[in-house]
Amino acid sequence: MSEFKQTFNSSLGKKLIMALTGLFLCTFLIVHLGGNLLLFKNDDGFGFNLYANFLTHFPPIEVVAYLLYLCIIVHSLYALILTVKNRRARPVGYAVVNKAPATWQSKNMGLLGTVLLLFIVIHMGDFWYKYKFTNTVAFKEYRTDLATNTTTSSAYTPASPDFEHSVSTENNVEIVRVKDLHARVVESFSCLWYVILYVVAMVAVSFHLLHGFQSAFRTLGWVHRKYTPIVEFVGTWLFAVIIPVGFAAMPLVYYFTNH
Amino acid sequence: MSLNAKIPQGPLAEKWNKHKFDLKLVNPANKRKYDIIVVGTGLAGASAAASLAELGYNVKAFCFQDSPRRAHSIAAQGGINAAKNYQNDGDSVYRLFYDTIKGGDYRAREANVYRLAEVSVNIIDQCVAQGVPFAREYGGLLDNRSFGGAQVSRTFYARGQTGQQLLLGAYSALNRQIHKGKVKMYTRTEMLDVVVVDGQAKGIITRSLITGEIDTHTGHAVLLCTGGYGNVFYLSTNAAGSNVTAAWRAHKRGALFANPCYTQIHPTCIPVTGDHQSKLTLMSESLRNDGRVWAPKTVETAEKLRKAQLKASDIKEEDRDYFLERKYPSFGNLVPRDVASRNAKEMVDDNRGVGGSGIAVFLDFADAIKRLGKDAVAAKYGNLFDMYYQITDEDPYTQPMRIYPAVHYTMGGLWVDYNLSTNVPGLYALGECNFSDHGANRLGASALMQGLADGYFVIPYTLGDYLATIGPKPVDANHPAFAKTKQEVVDYIAKLLALKGTKTVNEYHRELGLIMWEYCGMARTAEGLTKAKGLIQALRADFWKNAIVMGENEEVNASLERAGRVADFLELGELMVDDALMRNESCGGHFRLESQTPEGEALRDDEHFAFVGAWEFKGENQPETLHKEALDFEYVHLTQRNYK
Amino acid sequence: MNLTLKVWRQKNAQTAGKFVTYKAEGISPDMSFLEMLDVVNESLIHKKDEPIHFDHDCREGICGMCSLYINGHPHGPKKAITTCQLHMRTYHDGETITIEPWRATAFPVIKDLAVDRSAFDRIQQAGGYVSVNTGGVPDANEIAIPKVIADEAFNSATCIGCGACVAACKNASAMLFVSAKVTQLGLLPQGQPERYSRVQAMVAQMDEEGFGNCTNTRACEAECPKEISLTNIGRMNNDYFSAKLFREEHVHEHNE
Repeated sequence: MSEFKQTFNSSLGKKLIMALTGLFLCTFLIVHLGGNLLLFKNDDGFGFNLYANFLTHFPPIEVVAYLLYLCIIVHSLYALILTVKNRRARPVGYAVVNKAPATWQSKNMGLLGTVLLLFIVIHMGDFWYKYKFTNTVAFKEYRTDLATNTTTSSAYTPASPDFEHSVSTENNVEIVRVKDLHARVVESFSCLWYVILYVVAMVAVSFHLLHGFQSAFRTLGWVHRKYTPIVEFVGTWLFAVIIPVGFAAMPLVYYFTNH
Repeated sequence: MSLNAKIPQGPLAEKWNKHKFDLKLVNPANKRKYDIIVVGTGLAGASAAASLAELGYNVKAFCFQDSPRRAHSIAAQGGINAAKNYQNDGDSVYRLFYDTIKGGDYRAREANVYRLAEVSVNIIDQCVAQGVPFAREYGGLLDNRSFGGAQVSRTFYARGQTGQQLLLGAYSALNRQIHKGKVKMYTRTEMLDVVVVDGQAKGIITRSLITGEIDTHTGHAVLLCTGGYGNVFYLSTNAAGSNVTAAWRAHKRGALFANPCYTQIHPTCIPVTGDHQSKLTLMSESLRNDGRVWAPKTVETAEKLRKAQLKASDIKEEDRDYFLERKYPSFGNLVPRDVASRNAKEMVDDNRGVGGSGIAVFLDFADAIKRLGKDAVAAKYGNLFDMYYQITDEDPYTQPMRIYPAVHYTMGGLWVDYNLSTNVPGLYALGECNFSDHGANRLGASALMQGLADGYFVIPYTLGDYLATIGPKPVDANHPAFAKTKQEVVDYIAKLLALKGTKTVNEYHRELGLIMWEYCGMARTAEGLTKAKGLIQALRADFWKNAIVMGENEEVNASLERAGRVADFLELGELMVDDALMRNESCGGHFRLESQTPEGEALRDDEHFAFVGAWEFKGENQPETLHKEALDFEYVHLTQRNYK
Repeated sequence: MNLTLKVWRQKNAQTAGKFVTYKAEGISPDMSFLEMLDVVNESLIHKKDEPIHFDHDCREGICGMCSLYINGHPHGPKKAITTCQLHMRTYHDGETITIEPWRATAFPVIKDLAVDRSAFDRIQQAGGYVSVNTGGVPDANEIAIPKVIADEAFNSATCIGCGACVAACKNASAMLFVSAKVTQLGLLPQGQPERYSRVQAMVAQMDEEGFGNCTNTRACEAECPKEISLTNIGRMNNDYFSAKLFREEHVHEHNE
């Protein structure tokens, strides 16, 4: 065991933890974006709310979710530890800052990460926390006529405060009652400062991953003449363009369609 | 004093093997009772320190640089010779031996040179085993090239930095022993004296270049691997820190200094641009394979070139003098280093030099570019062209390079016998620091060979013989000789620090360099040398009156370090002049105007000068005594070199 | 030309340093940067002022002794050269040049612009070698090495140990230096027997010296006078994790 302790306490070991947690967070982003694309479905939040319900009530996902939160904490904590250690490696700074042609993002991962951490706290407080631990999120009832496959929705007030969700079928009509996270999204995304926060955070995601994704592979030692260009391509186009643009589009679309 | 070179009896090819058997061995259990001091960590020093530590001796190694890896062996570009005959082109130990003896103009010992050629093959094996990345063929085997006009391809190389790769190999072996605790490494530490107890070397006095602390170190033997003294010329291709101090102080403690006037002048260096110049940069002589050396035919044209009224490309073919091709039709631009250098000097003396200073000749690639294409030339010499461009801001693809000879290597050094021992028992000299293997002229790619041969494969055997003789009794650090020598060093430093005159040490060094270059360089006369002797004596006297040495001893003090080294150069310079004056013959790199053939070529005088001239120090400002070690040639036939 | 120099002056490791401004007058564009400093020092000595101390030796870009952080660049603004190969024609008349020492905890200042880089030696001593004694090795051509591997190993071996990578890195990380040696010996067949113990020993020593961590900014490879590539660091990481996580051998104890 002490062998592992020593490994993960070494400079390279700490970097390994950063890389692995970072890459795990990257894969999460793909899933998160995929699910959230339901927001663009014009169904009054039916799909999205069901998805949100699924995420919070399917046990394996729960486990992964807590792993994810742990990763966020560990990634941030190790970033802090490494930053402190790196600062200590140069107690007297230069009068003229280094002008090597290193990218801005590579030199400002800490700043970008801090922005992201703040964002994650606000974001999770607003949705995850309120959804899971408070009763501030209202309920909605979706009635789908299975014959015509048309869905109507209406507000629903549960009888018991412990009510989570229900699915039942009456007269060929499927009745789904779930927490209406979608309404919460609509509400949040109608607020300008919130939209700006999201867009800024997504810019931060873009730059953080533009460097972070390929850097993680280098840290893991997965450098290869044939595959490194692919990693760089994916890191740039998927993680620094498609994903942040996809996420940023949500508040923007909601804000502008509702105004 | 009679000089006994201790050359083993028997046929040439069997001498070394027989000798190795005859040498006494040290009992393995006793080896750890011996302390060995190694000064300098270049190829010779690092390889010796590592090899001796591997055998079990306790080694203390010293270098003035901040790391043993920075010794100037690192700057060797070209390669290292070995008689491997991997190319199946007729090479052999005997051929390498023969080429080296002949290249040295028959002024080296046959037995030493034969041994050098013999162990050359082991060096390559050793370096490859250490992970030295030599150039390879596509089949995975080692590549060789022909170098310095050799008829066979026996030079192993690692792009343009063979020296660095070999040194890093030796440095890694040294590091391994440091890690094991068998070598104690002292960096930024300069050796300032040898302690001689009852005629035997038993330790050294050092100064820490950080704290100024003067320390005494005891050892059963002292190995000087401190390189050459080319910096006596101020401008040379040596590193700024390269110096003669260790060897010179040893000389003043009784070690003979052999052939001090034998210096090698390399023809293809980048010329001096001004007084500010601190060093000269060498470009591989492979450039002469395709470049054509020329100077303007007339003084008038040269004059216009110097004033930049004309460009080299403006000069018509018939107004150019391709002097090497003209004088040496069969060898042309590929004549040996000494011949090429001397002829360039002649052009400049004839007032036909080019460049702003007029101290340069052209090395032109226009024909090569026309014949092979720019790409082919770039593939061969691209890195050299880039280096030239970097330094001079001139593009050698469009205008000819300017070149001029520069001091590059010193064949002279401490006199050693076949065992690499100086005449002071217990004091050894290895590598460029000794005089032994290159005679009056060193062949290309053989300096690295000699450094590593001495360190890896000679000293581990020969030192044991001496150690077994003296026994493992600890060296008594309380012997009065230690305190006395230390006090002398302290006093000497105080004397230097008391110099608060008006002229910087650097100015003295530059002046000395000019004298040496002018009178004791490529061409010498009795008259010039006599004059130089007076000039050096006057300069030295002035130094001890008017030099400025800044600061104190107990601090980092480059000014003090420099002063000590230049003071030694000022003494060595005079000895070099004495030696050059004594050697009234042209041999190797040295042309005595008094000794030439009717065609103006170098004329060696085997009847009177086939000996090693070893000088004995007789006291401050006293003339030194010459001892002669006759050179007997049993196997090679002495011929006059001819490159017509 | 005439220049203004802002030079870091520090008596020794124990005392604090400060910038001092000097005039460099009558500088020729043909001078190297170190020769320019020589000229300044000569004039300082004539004025009985203490000359500026800096490390230098071969003055042809191979010994790795010279350092100097010039206007925000280790070894100055040009690519792939050391300070001693930098010529004054790079600058123009009237320019101000700020000269600082390498800055890193592991490289304490010795005096003025010279720093102590013995940490690099200690890392090499920890395992930067192939454990073979002199003599008794196989014939050099017994080990065939593919040319591409030999060339690649050579590229890593060109490191001159100057420390510019540490000076350039925002984290003062030495990983480029360490990885160059690890990679050179890790690629060659001669280095295989100790490949995984070597990387562990060298990284452990690197950590002990107090260098920072690599964040792949690539400043090191941009400033390296020998253009050692960042790929070396990837290779070292790979070997290290492979050694630590998937191999059973421990750090080889070199003290036999």
